[in-house]
Amino acid sequence: MAFLRSTLLAAAALASLSPQAAFAKPLRYGGKLLLTNGIGSLEGSSGGGLTPWAVIAGNETQEGIGVSAHGTIVELKDYDYRSAGIAVGWRDRIELSYAHQAFDTNRIGLALGLGRDYTFSQDVIGAKLRLAGDIVYDSLPAIAVGAQYKKNNNSAVVRALGAKHDAGVDVYASVSRLFLSRSILLSATARLTKANQLGLLGFGGDRREDYSLQFEGSAAWQLSRRLAIGGEFRSKPDNLGIAREDDWVDAFAAYAINRHVTATLAYADLGSVATVKGQRGLLVQLQTAF
Amino acid sequence: MSILFAFLLLQAAPDAPPYALPGEAKVDPYGVDPRNAGATPFPGDGMAKAFHGRDGIRRVVDSMVKAAYADPVIGEIFTGHDEVRLKRTLFEQFCFILNAGCAYSGRDMAAAHKDLGVRPADMNRLVELLQRAMTAETIDFQAQNRFLSKLAPMRHDVLQK
Repeated sequence: MAFLRSTLLAAAALASLSPQAAFAKPLRYGGKLLLTNGIGSLEGSSGGGLTPWAVIAGNETQEGIGVSAHGTIVELKDYDYRSAGIAVGWRDRIELSYAHQAFDTNRIGLALGLGRDYTFSQDVIGAKLRLAGDIVYDSLPAIAVGAQYKKNNNSAVVRALGAKHDAGVDVYASVSRLFLSRSILLSATARLTKANQLGLLGFGGDRREDYSLQFEGSAAWQLSRRLAIGGEFRSKPDNLGIAREDDWVDAFAAYAINRHVTATLAYADLGSVATVKGQRGLLVQLQTAF
Repeated sequence: MSILFAFLLLQAAPDAPPYALPGEAKVDPYGVDPRNAGATPFPGDGMAKAFHGRDGIRRVVDSMVKAAYADPVIGEIFTGHDEVRLKRTLFEQFCFILNAGCAYSGRDMAAAHKDLGVRPADMNRLVELLQRAMTAETIDFQAQNRFLSKLAPMRHDVLQK
């Protein structure tokens, strides 16, 4: 939690810095419609909970530099997951993000011979470019491409599990649109990845070493200016012989408490994780954005 | 009422469309055309009912325009512009699009917003003020968004080039 706190502090500090003087074109604050900046996904890029969207972090339009920070907790049947991250959105065009993920194996750690509460962790640095379109306006939906560099901090253990690498780069393309006439947001992402369980179990494996193409999607129904409910899907590679990996799904509710704070509650089914089946549980996230 | 006015004025001077009604500032001549509204009307009377008819639409427009002039963020865009005419033409436009039985007699969106310097954040702010006005009128949220879906494509013409 200390990490979470320091990230939030850093976000607040960044938000209080005035970039006004540094650019020729004047900057201004605020301007996105509520919820249209998405939330911080598990890997730190803004979007849904499980998958990025073609939106840029923060509340700023093309006239500003936005910042968001988030903390996510997932309490699964046998594991706990924590992540925290920060993202900067430049003129609603470019997003840079960082997230730290920690995956606590609790009692399963003992069974795996790693020791109780053995924790896998990883750092993810992301970059995203919105190429065209807009999530609400214009004829084209928002279209973005992005990359996530992931560095696992448990090199020896993930290699012992069969992973080929302790670092990897995911690349993805996303298309997102809020269809106002139906109050429905749809987002789809195609991702090339070698990551095992996001990379927390390393990259590549005995079953497959190469990149594979995965699909991710979110559908949300906006019930009010502040509240949206929906579901997500994320297909996953299955590279490790000893630890089967399943596709992920969740059902979520996201609520904009105010212009700067969004709370998300989700029920996620992550299937088999690190040799143990039926990993379901609650995802809770708080995001602050400026 | 506006139809009646338009009719009377057309009768009086068929060569001069009612660019400005009594009580409004003078406006340079322009071609009156329903396409100036920037969107086609909804079919049927469902949306007009959802907005509580012309009375409801008028309350929404009046409350949004009042809030816009007083707004600390976008108020200065409106300062110096004819509030009476804006309320009338905006009412006509909303009423026309919502198929509540009005004709739109105003300018097209590009001409109406020329040199106003509207930025994306300004437009989003106005959308929020409209959402507040619609919520105050207890208009169903799905109907609010359906209406916004007609306005959203106008952004290209509204924003400063």
